[in-house]
Amino acid sequence: MTALLELEDVEARYGPVHVLHGISLAVEEGSVVAVLGPNGAGKTTTLRAVSGTVRRSGSIRFAGRPLKRVGPDGVARLGIAHVPEGRGTFSELTVWENLRLGAYTRRGSIQPELERVFTYFPWLADRRRQQAGTLSGGEQQMLALARAFVHRPRLLLLDEPSLGLAPVLVAELFRIVRELNEDEGLTVLVVEQNAHLALQAADAGYVLEAGRVVLSGSSDELRADDSVRRSYLGY
Amino acid sequence: MSAETSAIAGLRARGWAVDPGAVTVALVLLGAAIFLLIGCLRSATFAQYTVQGIALGSVYGALALALVLVYRATHVINFAQGELAMLTTYIAYELMLKGLSYWAAFAATLAIAFVLGTLLQVTVIRPVQHSVIAVVIVTVGLFILIDGIVNWIWGGDFKSMPSPFGIDSFNVGGVVISHLYVGMVIVVLASVVLVWALFRFTKLGLGMRAAALRPAAAALVGVRVDSMLAIGWGLAAVLGAVAGLMAEPSQIFLSPTLMQPILVYAFAAAVLGGLESPVGALVGGIAIGVSLTLIVGYVPQNYIGTELQLPLAFAVLLLILLVKPAGLFGRREVRRV
Amino acid sequence: MRRQIPALASLLVVAAVLCVLPFVLSDYNVSLAAQVGIFFVAVLGLNILTGYTGQISIGHGAFMAIGGYTTAVMSRDHHTNLVVTMLMAFAICFVVGLIVGLPALRLSGVYLALVTFALALSIPQIPLQYSTFLGGVGGVQSTETVSNLWIYTAAWTCSAILFVLAWLLLRGRLGRAFRAVRDSEIAAVASGVELPVYKTLAFGISAAYAGVAGSLFVLATNGFAQPSEFDLFLSLELLIGAAVAGLGSLWGVLAGAAFVGLLPQVSTSVPLIGAQHGRDVVFGAAVILVMLLLPDGFAGLLARIRRLARA
Repeated sequence: MTALLELEDVEARYGPVHVLHGISLAVEEGSVVAVLGPNGAGKTTTLRAVSGTVRRSGSIRFAGRPLKRVGPDGVARLGIAHVPEGRGTFSELTVWENLRLGAYTRRGSIQPELERVFTYFPWLADRRRQQAGTLSGGEQQMLALARAFVHRPRLLLLDEPSLGLAPVLVAELFRIVRELNEDEGLTVLVVEQNAHLALQAADAGYVLEAGRVVLSGSSDELRADDSVRRSYLGY
Repeated sequence: MSAETSAIAGLRARGWAVDPGAVTVALVLLGAAIFLLIGCLRSATFAQYTVQGIALGSVYGALALALVLVYRATHVINFAQGELAMLTTYIAYELMLKGLSYWAAFAATLAIAFVLGTLLQVTVIRPVQHSVIAVVIVTVGLFILIDGIVNWIWGGDFKSMPSPFGIDSFNVGGVVISHLYVGMVIVVLASVVLVWALFRFTKLGLGMRAAALRPAAAALVGVRVDSMLAIGWGLAAVLGAVAGLMAEPSQIFLSPTLMQPILVYAFAAAVLGGLESPVGALVGGIAIGVSLTLIVGYVPQNYIGTELQLPLAFAVLLLILLVKPAGLFGRREVRRV
Repeated sequence: MRRQIPALASLLVVAAVLCVLPFVLSDYNVSLAAQVGIFFVAVLGLNILTGYTGQISIGHGAFMAIGGYTTAVMSRDHHTNLVVTMLMAFAICFVVGLIVGLPALRLSGVYLALVTFALALSIPQIPLQYSTFLGGVGGVQSTETVSNLWIYTAAWTCSAILFVLAWLLLRGRLGRAFRAVRDSEIAAVASGVELPVYKTLAFGISAAYAGVAGSLFVLATNGFAQPSEFDLFLSLELLIGAAVAGLGSLWGVLAGAAFVGLLPQVSTSVPLIGAQHGRDVVFGAAVILVMLLLPDGFAGLLARIRRLARA
C-alpha cells in the first residue's frame, strides 16, 4: 500500500541556511501523523517543503506521483491544504469570505461543504458576517481548520495548531481533527510542540532534531517508551 | 461611559471594527458637505463652481482609484498611470476616426486598456517587483516612453474628439449645469460601482482581495497571486481609460499633456484618501476638485492664479503626509506576512 | 571604493582621459562631455541620498532649478562672479535640502517618491507666478556667458572636488551611518544611529550637489534660466542616472551620468521617429531595458563581474 505522502531525503534551505538535512517520512492515507521535536528542529520547514513554500530538494511523492515544484497555489490545487503557523486567516475579511476562500479551488456550489462545516463548527454559522480578525485566538484557529476542510483536501497539513491557545481549546481542536479524520477520512500531517496531545490524536509520529528524523513509530510505541518520552518529548 | 464610547462598544460587540478616527473623519466630511450645500443654495456661482469641481474631481478620483488599485495589489505607485490613460484616450480617438460611434469606441478602448494593463504588469513590472526603486524607475521609463510614442504617432498638436454628452445644459433654479458635467460624474460612478461589485461579489474579486492582503496565505488556498496582480493592473488601466476619456471633453482638446496635471491631483487625492482605500480615493478626488475650483474661482488671480494649482495640490499632498500619512480613510501601515 | 590601489589607478586614468579630451574632441562634443560632467555632479549627490540612505527622490530637478536661478539672478542683478554664485548655489540648496529633508523624515518609499514627484512638477510653476522677479516664461539671463571649454573644466573640476568630498564623507562614520540607514532603519536606530540627523543631512548634501549642477546647467545654456529647462524630465533623468549608476562605484556613477547625459542627445537623431519624440521613445525604452537587465545598476554589474572573476 503506497502512502498518500512520501518524503525521501528531503533537504531544504532558507537562502544559505540549510534547515532540513534529509528528511524521510510517510503518511498513510486516512491516518493522522504527528511531527514532533524541539524548536528549530525543522518541523515547520518540513510542511513548507510539501506545500512548496520553501526551496527544497529530494523526492516528495503525493498519491504515488512525484510532487512537482509548482508553488503553494499549485499544491493547493492538487488537494493539499496547508494551515500555516499563525493560521493564515484573512483578518480583514469576514468569516464567510474566509470559508469561501478555502474552497477557492473548487468549482460549482460549495453549499454541501458549508453545511458539513457547520455541523463540526456550529457557532461559525452565526458569525458569518463577522470580521475574522475580531474572533478570539481559539476561534480563529477553528476557522482556519474549517477553511481547510471546506477545501475537501486529500491531505491536511497543520502547523502548530496549539500555539497561543488555552489547553482546553487545544484539546477540543484535536478532538475535532480526530473526528474529521475518522468520519471524513481526512489524512492529517500535524506539526506540534505539545507532543502529549498530538500523540493522543495521532496514529504515528516522527521526531525531528536539527533537521533530521531521529525517531519514528506508531504513537503507542512512542508513548510507551519512557526514555524517549523524557528526552525527546519533554514529559 | 459616554454615549459615543458605548455606541462604539455596542457596534464592536456585534463585530464591527469602529475607530474613533473614522468617526472624526465622517464628521469632517459631513461638515464640508453641509458647507457646500449652504453655499450652493446661496450663490449660483458657488453652485456652478461646486458642480464643476465635483465633475473634475470625479475624474481625479477615477485616476486616484487606479493608483490605489495598483498600490493595494502590488505596493508600488505606477507613475505611468496617467500617461497610460492618455494613451488609451488616443486609441479611442483613433477608433472614432475609423468610424466607430463614441460608445462603441469607449467600450473597445476599455477592453484594450485591460489588455495593455495586464501585459505591462507581466512583461516589465513582474521581473523587477522585488525592488522598489527598480519598479519606480521602470514606471518612470514607461512614462517617458508612452509620452514619446504618443507624440510620435499622433503628434503634439491639439486634436478634437466628439463630445459624448453634447453642449447643452440643465438649468436648475438659475444654476447652469452642463450635460457634460453630469455625464462625467455618472460614467465615473458607474465604472467605479462595477469595479466595486467585481471585488465584492465575485470569486475572482475575493481572490484579488486576498492576494493583495496576504499573498502568502492566498497562495496556500490556491489563489494564483501573480495572475491576480496582473488583473489588478488591467482593471487599473480600465479605470485610467475612463478617467482619460472623461477628462478630455472638459479640456476641450486632446493633447499629450492631457493627464499630466491630473496625475498630480490624483496622487494628492489618493494620499488624501489613504493609499489603501478606494472610497478614500474617490472622496479625495472630489474634495480636491471642489477645493481647487473654488479657490481658483474666488481668490484673485494675482495671488493664486491657475499656475499655482499644481503647487497647491502639492502643498496639500505634503500637508496630509505630514499630519496624517494614512490619509482620511487609511489605516497605519502594518507589516504583514 | 574599497581597495586603495586599484581605485587610485582608475582615478588617475579617468583624470588623465579628462585632461586630454578637450584637445581631441570637437566643440560640440566638448559640450556633450561637459553635460556628462554636470550630470556626474548631480547623480553623485542623488546617489548619496538614494543609494546610501535609501530615500527616493524624483524631485532633485527642483534643486537644480534653485541653483540655476541663483546663478542667473545673482549674475543679472549683482554681477556676481560666476564661481561665487556656484558656491552660493551650493549653500542655499544645502539649506533648502535640509528643510525639505525634515518633513521627508516622516515619509518613506513610495510616499517620498510621490511628494518629490509633485515637487518636481510644482517648482517650475513658481517662476511663472512670480514673473517680475523670476522672469516668468521668458526666464532670467545672467550677464556673463562662458564657453563650452569653461563649462567642461568647471564641471569636471567640481566633479573631482565633490567626488573627493563625497568619498571623505562616506568612508567615515557618516558613510557607515548612511549605509546602516539604508539596510535597516530599525537596526540603525537600535544601534544608536540618530536617524533624523543622517537622513536630513543626506538630503541637504544631495540637494547642494544638485544646486551646483544646476548652476553649471544654466551656464551651459548660455546663462539662461527658464522654467522649461527644469521640467519633470530633468528630475526623472537624475533619478534614472542614479539607478543606472547603482551603488558605491565610481565607474557606476560615470556610467549613469553618461547614460543620461548622452543618450537623450544621441537618440534625437533616430531615423523614422524624428527629433523630440525619438529622444523619449529610445530613452524610455532604454531605461526600462536597463532596469530589467540590471536592477542593481551598473555598480551591481561590476560587482557581479568581480565575483565571477574571483571564482
